[in-house]
Amino acid sequence: METAYLIETVIKIVVILLIFSALAGIGTYFERKVLAFMQRRLGPVNVGPFGLLQVAADGIKLFTKEDIVPTNVVARIFKIAPVITAATAFMAAAAIPFLPSFTLFGYEVHPIVADINIGILYILGIMGVGLYGPLLGGMASANKFSLLSAARGAAVFISYEVVTGLSILAPIMMVGSLSLIDFNEYQAGGFTTWIVWSQPVAFILFWMAAFAETGRTPFHLIANDHEIIDGFGTEYSGMRWGLFFIGEYANMFFISFVISILFLGGYGDGSFLGALGLLGKVAFFFFFFLWTRAAWPDVRPDQLMWLCWKVLMPIAMINIVITAIVMM
Amino acid sequence: MHNEHIQEHFNNRNVTELDSNYYMVDIAAYPTDGWGKFKRVVKRSFRGELFVGLWVVLREMIKFDVHTIQYPAEKMPIGPRYRAVHEMKRLWESDTERCIGCGLCEKICISNCIRIDTKLDENSRKEVTEYSINLGRCIFCGYCAEVCPELAITHGGEYENASDQREHFIMYQDMLTPLDKMKAGTQLEFEGFGAITPHEDERVKKTPLAY
Repeated sequence: METAYLIETVIKIVVILLIFSALAGIGTYFERKVLAFMQRRLGPVNVGPFGLLQVAADGIKLFTKEDIVPTNVVARIFKIAPVITAATAFMAAAAIPFLPSFTLFGYEVHPIVADINIGILYILGIMGVGLYGPLLGGMASANKFSLLSAARGAAVFISYEVVTGLSILAPIMMVGSLSLIDFNEYQAGGFTTWIVWSQPVAFILFWMAAFAETGRTPFHLIANDHEIIDGFGTEYSGMRWGLFFIGEYANMFFISFVISILFLGGYGDGSFLGALGLLGKVAFFFFFFLWTRAAWPDVRPDQLMWLCWKVLMPIAMINIVITAIVMM
Repeated sequence: MHNEHIQEHFNNRNVTELDSNYYMVDIAAYPTDGWGKFKRVVKRSFRGELFVGLWVVLREMIKFDVHTIQYPAEKMPIGPRYRAVHEMKRLWESDTERCIGCGLCEKICISNCIRIDTKLDENSRKEVTEYSINLGRCIFCGYCAEVCPELAITHGGEYENASDQREHFIMYQDMLTPLDKMKAGTQLEFEGFGAITPHEDERVKKTPLAY
């Protein structure tokens, strides 16, 4: 029994790693296509049918590029930083139920690596550790733009961890559990039992904080191309830079799963339709990440801090207090 | 006096009288205190501008009105006055070369990229023996085409002249209109700098001799 559990877990880990590494690549393809269509362009068209093999071409390019470690960098930290970003992104996925449990060849499969009872806390914690990738990478790079980016990254991450934690607190109080499975069961009654209807403020706050956590466009300050070149990624080349990229895109997918499960009912009652619904919600949230990138400008770092500490955090606090009063 | 007049004209530029489509942009006062700034943020956040932006890009995506020109496969039409790699024209009447070897183009070329060599042939007419343009130096200013008294050297529309050498020369024979093209009557006259204007024949007047 113990061995079977071990094998099952290892298989799950490998499957999740492979699927989401591939999805990160395909995510870049969709990002380029969606952005192109929104800007009246065509995007990649030449490599393969509809430019689909562009992902493979980029992957080959990244893998075969020279791995440059510039002089004056702190080599050991410089080398480990991208691994931290990618690894923490995938570690966070351990507590996410990707699909309802299903039966495969008479064997019941739970598509979650570890249903720990502190699921959401674990996910937020590991995503917070993900900060060390950009932070250490930027500080070790011996480049002032990287350093600026690292400082911004630290400020933004720490600030928005506060909003994430506080906004999620009210739904946690309602559900009474930190496990994402329990969140899903709480909303299994259907469309009307979704937490988004009882906690719309928390939903909006968490969604906004997700943009800061993943560093996507309205809050794209960490690798702000038009101000600080590529931020912490300036000195990186080849697959080390690619790891940052995979981490960012995997994070986008995982945070989309988390939002869908926390607020929008997850996979519902566990039927096939519910599973499809979860994937549809995740697809929408991923599309929204790309959509905002085409439509919205970036905010300044001071505006971002102002928004976090003076607007979002008080609203989150008030939301918690009101939720507590109503629950009493 | 003249200056004053201009000054007066500029000072009296009341655009609202000329065209009622002009209007002053209403710029609200910049908030100074924290409450004013907060109100501005709330107004900007809830006026729905963010959603207008989202709608605009989504609308363009749905309309799928793509403006991309897939360059090597399709090309933009270029104007007849476009100044790309030079061409040497032939006479319509006799299919012989228009160039008389006067050397004006070599003389006027400001980047010294034209080299011309001539000799007298057996009929004591000047004949071009060497003619080359260094396209690495040429700035495509069009002076050679303008100065040419015979409309022999003109610019063409061939702009894809990438080369593996920096100094890419073009020789007389390459620029000259091929004979088969000439026989087919498809030589195109250059309409740009230095070319004769359309309907020139109607405008020609007889030189008045009886003074």
